[in-house]
Amino acid sequence: MSEITPSQTVGPFFAYGLTPKGRCDWDPNGSYSWKNTVESNLVTPDASGTRIRIEGIVYDGDNLPINDCMIEIWQADSQGRYASPRGGAASNTQFKGFGRSATDKAGVFAFDTIKPGQVAGPGGKPQAPHIVVCVFSRGMIRQVYTRLYFDDEAANANDPILNMVPADRRKTLIAHKQAGTDPALYRFDIRVQGGDETVFFDI
Amino acid sequence: MSLIFPKQSLEAFPKHLSPGYKSTIKRSPSKPLMIVPHTLSELTGPVYGHDAIQENDNDLTRQHKGEPLGERIVVHGHVLDEDKRPVPNALVELWQANACGRYVHNVDQHPAPLDPNFTGAGRTVTDDKGYYKFITVKPGAYPWGNHHNAWRPNHIHFSVFGHSFLSRLVTQMYFPGDYLFPYDPIFNSVLDEKARARMISTFDLENTVPDWALAFRFDIVLRGREATPLDNDEH
Repeated sequence: MSEITPSQTVGPFFAYGLTPKGRCDWDPNGSYSWKNTVESNLVTPDASGTRIRIEGIVYDGDNLPINDCMIEIWQADSQGRYASPRGGAASNTQFKGFGRSATDKAGVFAFDTIKPGQVAGPGGKPQAPHIVVCVFSRGMIRQVYTRLYFDDEAANANDPILNMVPADRRKTLIAHKQAGTDPALYRFDIRVQGGDETVFFDI
Repeated sequence: MSLIFPKQSLEAFPKHLSPGYKSTIKRSPSKPLMIVPHTLSELTGPVYGHDAIQENDNDLTRQHKGEPLGERIVVHGHVLDEDKRPVPNALVELWQANACGRYVHNVDQHPAPLDPNFTGAGRTVTDDKGYYKFITVKPGAYPWGNHHNAWRPNHIHFSVFGHSFLSRLVTQMYFPGDYLFPYDPIFNSVLDEKARARMISTFDLENTVPDWALAFRFDIVLRGREATPLDNDEH
């Protein structure tokens, strides 16, 4: 029935193609010298809202950092609008809401962005502010999807998706605001496998 | 038009844990993935226009002072959805080894030469018929550490965006008749033979440019098809 093209791993060598100027410092001489199409800094001069930074480490099943991983994020703007033709009320700014970060040698990824607003969920019920996160890596034959929520949002308690996740695993989807940071830094580690494995979605 | 993204279509994908490809053993989820509904957050996705690319971004043979060594090839095709309708304005990125099988990435240190006239990265955006085209050189096979005497078949890595974030696809394009297919756990992680065949480009004599370049056609089919009235009733 289905005739889609199968997924294959991004492999270990994507950086010079997909994240040439990214955090990944595999390239000390700057010889992968062409422009990024997709940045890890999503902030545009006209984007309204609260500026934030997201940082985390990706771990494998042995609790070792993954240094050849690529994280992509997709989010609404501060007013809950997706910059997409299918997003209903389209954003009126240049804010795209899409970002890409390679992990560095310590497995760290980071994004500078704007805190997203609330968007409609199933049955029109509002979802808590969140970011869709997609993980690619050598050793991942296909991508995995998760979500990032913010620990300072009261709306989390009523979020329809978060409430479908068993209570003891919800914490893996929550980014933690670090005290005394400006712009606010949220910490969000991703554990691909193991005891505190991040919740990934079958979507 | 309302698009849906049936999960059955994903049966064509490899399993997250594909132990023949050893690195999946510690990098695949061990707990079942959670089934949740598709919301606006999943059904939307980024759109890139022609402003995202520059002239010659799709011609990997013209990014340096001289021409790279190797067999010059045209790689082209259409990006389609599950109804086989074109996906226009889709960002298509690729990266590959040079003709000797060496990646410019400095983690690849196997004893094959780099080519100063070849980086191996390209990008383009599909036109209103979903068509894309690259000019490059045929990548070589290369050894890797998965098992004793492991070699990857010739391949080009592709990254493609479609109608939604659910259509996002990273894959590899292979060349017809490769003698390394039976030995490659990444290629064979796709268990269905017909699905594997969809990753193999076809030799395209018609678009071969005489005295200049061979051509290979690679159509890419992404998740997403039009909802039928029945589908709508179900939701």
